[in-house]
Amino acid sequence: MLQQIEGSLAVAKAAALCRPEVICAYPISPQTHIVENLSVMVKSGELSPCEFVNVESEFAAMSVAIGASAAGARSYTATASQGLLFMIEAVYNAAGLGLPIVMTLANRAIGAPINIWNDHTDSMAVRDSGWIQLYAETNQDAVDLHIQAFRLAEEISLPVMVNMDGFILTHAVERVDIPEQEQVDRFLPHFEPKQILDPNDPVSIGSMVGPEAFSEVRYLAHAKQLLALERIPEIANEFDSIFSRYAGGLVSKYHLDGAETIIVAMGSILGTIKDAVDELRDAGLSIGVLGITTFRPFPLDAVREALSTAKRVVVLEKAFSVGLGGILSANITTALGNSAIKRYSVVAGLGGRSILRSSLVDFFKLADADEIGELTFLDLNHDVIDREISRMQTSVRPRPAAERIVHDLGHSTKAN
Amino acid sequence: MDKPYAITLEVGTSRSNKTGSWRVERPVYLDRLPPCNQECPAGENIQGWLYHAEEGNYQEAWQVLMADNPMPAVMGRVCYHTCETVCNRAQLDVAVGINSVERFLGDIALEKGWKPRQLAKETNKNVLVIGAGPSGLSAAYHLRLAGHKVTIYEAGPMPGGMMRFGIPSYRLPRNILEAEVDRIIGMGVEIRYNKKVDDLSTVVNSKEFDAVFLAIGAEVGRRAYIPAGDSTHILDAVTFLRSMEGEELPKIGRKVVIYGGGNTAMDAARTAKRLGATDAVVVYRRTRDKMPAHDFEVEEALEEGIQMRWLSTIKHAGPGKLVIEKMELDDTGFPQPTGEFEELESDSLILALGQEVDLSLVENLPSIEVQDGVVQVGPNMMTGQSGVFAGGDMVPSERTVTRAIGHGKRAARYIDAFLRGDELVEPAKHEVASYDKIHTWYYTDAPQTVRPKLDIVRRQSSFDEVVLGLDEDNALFEARRCLSCGNCFECDNCYGVCPDNAVIKLGPGQRYQFDYDYCKGCGICVEECPCGAIKMEPETI
Amino acid sequence: MGYQPVKFYQTGSFVVGNRLLEAQDRTVQADMKRTNSLTLGHRACQGCGEALGARYAIDAAMRATDGKVIAANATGCLEVFTTPFPETSWQIPWIHSLFGNVAAVGTGIAAAMKVKGRTDIRVVAQAGDGGTVDIGFGVLSGMFERNDDVLFICYDNEAYMNTGVQRSGATPPAAKTSTTEAVGAHPGADFGKGKNLPLIAMAHEIPYVATATVAELHDLEYKVEKAMSFRGARYLHVLVPCPLGWGSAPSDTIRLSRLAKESGLFPVFEAEYGEVTGSSKIRSQVPVEEYLRPQRRYQHLFRPSANTEVIAQLQAIADKNIRRFDLLDTQSQSTSGNSLADQEALQTR
Ligand SMILES: Cc1cc2nc3c(=O)[nH]c(=O)nc-3n(C[C@H](O)[C@H](O)[C@H](O)COP(=O)(O)OP(=O)(O)OC[C@H]3O[C@@H](n4cnc5c(N)ncnc54)[C@H](O)[C@@H]3O)c2cc1C
Ligand SMILES: Cc1ncc(C[n+]2csc(CCOP(=O)(O)OP(=O)(O)O)c2C)c(N)n1
Ligand code: SF4
Ligand SMILES: [Mg+2]
Repeated sequence: MLQQIEGSLAVAKAAALCRPEVICAYPISPQTHIVENLSVMVKSGELSPCEFVNVESEFAAMSVAIGASAAGARSYTATASQGLLFMIEAVYNAAGLGLPIVMTLANRAIGAPINIWNDHTDSMAVRDSGWIQLYAETNQDAVDLHIQAFRLAEEISLPVMVNMDGFILTHAVERVDIPEQEQVDRFLPHFEPKQILDPNDPVSIGSMVGPEAFSEVRYLAHAKQLLALERIPEIANEFDSIFSRYAGGLVSKYHLDGAETIIVAMGSILGTIKDAVDELRDAGLSIGVLGITTFRPFPLDAVREALSTAKRVVVLEKAFSVGLGGILSANITTALGNSAIKRYSVVAGLGGRSILRSSLVDFFKLADADEIGELTFLDLNHDVIDREISRMQTSVRPRPAAERIVHDLGHSTKAN
Repeated sequence: MDKPYAITLEVGTSRSNKTGSWRVERPVYLDRLPPCNQECPAGENIQGWLYHAEEGNYQEAWQVLMADNPMPAVMGRVCYHTCETVCNRAQLDVAVGINSVERFLGDIALEKGWKPRQLAKETNKNVLVIGAGPSGLSAAYHLRLAGHKVTIYEAGPMPGGMMRFGIPSYRLPRNILEAEVDRIIGMGVEIRYNKKVDDLSTVVNSKEFDAVFLAIGAEVGRRAYIPAGDSTHILDAVTFLRSMEGEELPKIGRKVVIYGGGNTAMDAARTAKRLGATDAVVVYRRTRDKMPAHDFEVEEALEEGIQMRWLSTIKHAGPGKLVIEKMELDDTGFPQPTGEFEELESDSLILALGQEVDLSLVENLPSIEVQDGVVQVGPNMMTGQSGVFAGGDMVPSERTVTRAIGHGKRAARYIDAFLRGDELVEPAKHEVASYDKIHTWYYTDAPQTVRPKLDIVRRQSSFDEVVLGLDEDNALFEARRCLSCGNCFECDNCYGVCPDNAVIKLGPGQRYQFDYDYCKGCGICVEECPCGAIKMEPETI
Repeated sequence: MGYQPVKFYQTGSFVVGNRLLEAQDRTVQADMKRTNSLTLGHRACQGCGEALGARYAIDAAMRATDGKVIAANATGCLEVFTTPFPETSWQIPWIHSLFGNVAAVGTGIAAAMKVKGRTDIRVVAQAGDGGTVDIGFGVLSGMFERNDDVLFICYDNEAYMNTGVQRSGATPPAAKTSTTEAVGAHPGADFGKGKNLPLIAMAHEIPYVATATVAELHDLEYKVEKAMSFRGARYLHVLVPCPLGWGSAPSDTIRLSRLAKESGLFPVFEAEYGEVTGSSKIRSQVPVEEYLRPQRRYQHLFRPSANTEVIAQLQAIADKNIRRFDLLDTQSQSTSGNSLADQEALQTR
């Protein structure tokens, strides 16, 4: 059913349609609306049977999900940013134990300085945790990915994180087609746990594994992700057949056929990028867009194949590895191997900085002419940077730069 | 279940990890010798029979008791129960009332008519027992159990020896004595009364018997020289007490003096009192604490109105009165005359100065060694004459019914071996379960402040048993107070406290077993065993 | 707290079983068919109190629930010595997730059971003292506050044993650990630090809080069973000596537990909805020295010479416990009687 609806509510509805049995969450912007909505559904009886646990921290949220999932309950939680970091030990643990938990990550920057706005630093911080990471471009995507996430998680017994850009998606009111319960029930079978805590068939879950088997265990986690790589497109097709809508999959392609310049990105920014690309194509540039829907497992083959015609690839990302550069870029480079394709990274949208279509158009033009550096930070205020760097070099004990930049810019932001 | 490799494991799989290899010391179960058993002159397995009594299985308790002592009902009345003196429980609160439980068992057996266990196959060996006192009866019983034919020659008209002709009936009712003696005779013991053996050599030479057990007791009252007038009525205690069993009661008058400080003196005094003496006065050379009589007997005598003259000797016995001299103890504790004299009215003087053995029957057998008025025997109870054994009051030892019964058992075992031409090897004695081996924590629920109460409680109920027996409740309570020193009583502690589940419980009556595949040798079981029935031993490689 | 007769004989209720007792009066551990939830072949050190306490508690829980227990376990010795790949010593459904999250894992399991209508299956979350009073404290408090249907058992060996005996918030003053060494002007752990989790648990007003030791099995089992009679959050704090960490003889594990209680240093009590409802009385009070002396972690209090001042400070702690939890029984002194039943004077258990 088509609805004009806030992204968070849409996702809450999608999660509810999946009949989660245990939901646990802790407030943090911009994820809060999702669990607020779910709590209403549980308390009102609309979502039943389901236990909604008001935990005291994200660490507890993930831990409750771990317990519930191991006991055979379909478990769901949502968080963002600091919350994700606060639960990170349990995030790794859930993956290590192979528990099919689904978590929404309303992507948000990580402090200090504290910042509630969107970027991908949070999800990148757990990219090696063993979770499957899916990225939504739109709220429709977010809804559809959640439904697929439960299916995928339970099939291969791995936790799945559905990433949706904080505020940009979570708080945007858009038209979304909310699926029917009957459709979801057809697509998503009853949860049959692979391992379960059951007094009738007791097992010990979570042993201590030493060097003699640890590599094998880790390799098997990797192999599971490779298996997911096969299953994700299949599940997307099945989804299509029931919901008459393609969503998910490994990558999304936009004007790739013969494109010489290909922009690669994840999440909601793809929309803006596509607009910019439309403009540039109209101006005659051979340019296309590759969206990464499945970031973990990383679809090396699909990416390589999609980029095969390119002369250059520009990876635009909302996070970076401080002291090195682009993270997605590095993954793309792995896919490309030693091919002759030129590679550029552009870091943009950090901490909610708007990525203007005009900036993108200008930047892509330069890129198309190979007139950009390997790593660009889009729309940096170079006056501040230059002054700070020179001060850094001369002053003996500079105050924290971040603090001073905020001071110098003469505005502060509201922290949640 | 589809268990993820290494992360999820099949339950109980650690059994393949045999942690027993960590051990440097191993616990082992053992039976230590309880002090009561060690002490018992009759060699009773006291802890062993209390064990069954604790369960209320009195018949089995009685049977275990009967394996060593054929007269529990008598024992429960006349035994001086030195076992209780050494009882470990005494150090915790008050000794277990072993003797009263024994009496309870003896009485209930008589009441129910329980019979001793099956005799062994008949051996067709003939043994002669001379004397039907406790020692002779005990030997006869054990020899019958072993399947030998037993004949008793008894000088008197009735069995029992000093149990009948010495111990007064208010301490040992004759129906009880008779019932227990009858039970022994009922096992097929032939007894000939009024058959005094005057010359043992004729019996030996007749070869009628394959072995002889001599148990004629010490029945001759010792006399002391006391200057006396003709009319003075002086008699010895043994004769006096023996005459109590005759047709006619002895005439002793209203004022009676008993000379001596032993149990016999107490019995004589108390008997005199019962015969109607208004004054029964015990005269003794030393002080009360030096009296050989047991404290409880003195106590009872005093309660019954017997008067005591300690530190006194009799200098002269005239008609109707005695002259006594006061004594005082010197530095070595020996009584010395003071030269102070006093008169004491007396119609009769009873001498209770000890008994001697009438050894005339062995005079013709020089191989039988006599020393200090008693017959010498080896550890196997045999005299110098092969095949002739002796025990009881007539051999060197303390003179009690219990010891006499113990001798009878011991002699019977050696006679049995002798008849089979075997060497009897006595099993090595277990090490003693001394108090330090006992984990007293486990034996009560009471805080320390409550414990002294027990004494009062027990005195009120069960300790008046000198005259009365225990009822079943009390007997059970008393039996259950036993700490089971050194012997497993299946409390499950070792089974429970092992952090490694390395103790296997075998089920009721079967005790436990260590699972050395897993025991790491921590020793908690040893430390927490209430009764000291486990010890650690170094592991051998 | 239940009253039971004092017995002066062999069947005193401190032994594990005793053939003379009725089956229902014996402990779960006396049963030939006890579950041995924690079974043979685990790798705990010799004389490990935690291994013992865990088997005691979980077996009792198994009996109380008719075998329907799921356990969650924090990281720590108990987890490490029971489940090193490829072997586990557990015989019940059991999960280990992390060091600091076990209460929440328990909550999750309980939530799952509730949603599935299987509240007959009961959840135990268990941890060492570190996993309870320190790193796991936040989630534990959350579980308490929500009154989730979980029995949390803390096996308190008074330090981080698994990592080599470092101080925890449950390490008693003066105890030497590898982070409170016996050096300097005030050797061992400081006075005035550390927390009393049973009291903190009580402050949450949860249905049931109790302490116990491995020395008093009947009491421990009674408390597990009692705990299982409540719904909601319950907390059981069991003192479990660690021979390695305490520097005590492996064979002394139970003895030291007993002395901890008998000295008053470890009060054994229970509480319902925030109020103390009873305490296990000291049977034969001992000065704290008797408890301290056999432990190498307190050796510096006695060598080279006795540190009477610090010992007195520890005695003061014991004395305060005795006052606070009414650990000395004065009532039973006046009880006597003369029938067999009366001979068993009444005393609080
Ligand atoms: C007054 C008194 C009270 C006592 N009280 C106790 C007491 O309370 N508890 C206790 O433990 N001990 C007591 N004793 C000691 C105890 O009675 C003796 O130690 C015990 O009876 C010795 O047993 P025995 O079999 O060796 O001899 P005896 O009991 O003396 O029996 C010897 C038997 O041999 C018979 N006999 C003797 N000569 C011959 C012969 N030539 N031919 C055939 N038969 C013969 C006798 O007639 C007699 O029946 C008491 C002793 C006395 C005198
Ligand atoms: C987050 C985290 N911090 C630290 C550790 C290391 N660690 C593992 S067990 C342990 C000590 C456990 O102590 P306690 O909870 O008291 O249990 P014990 O081993 O003493 O039984 C520590 C510090 C860890 N595993 N995880
Ligand atoms: S308690 Fe167990 S491990 Fe320790 S010595 Fe006894 S049997 Fe062995
Ligand atoms: Mg600890």
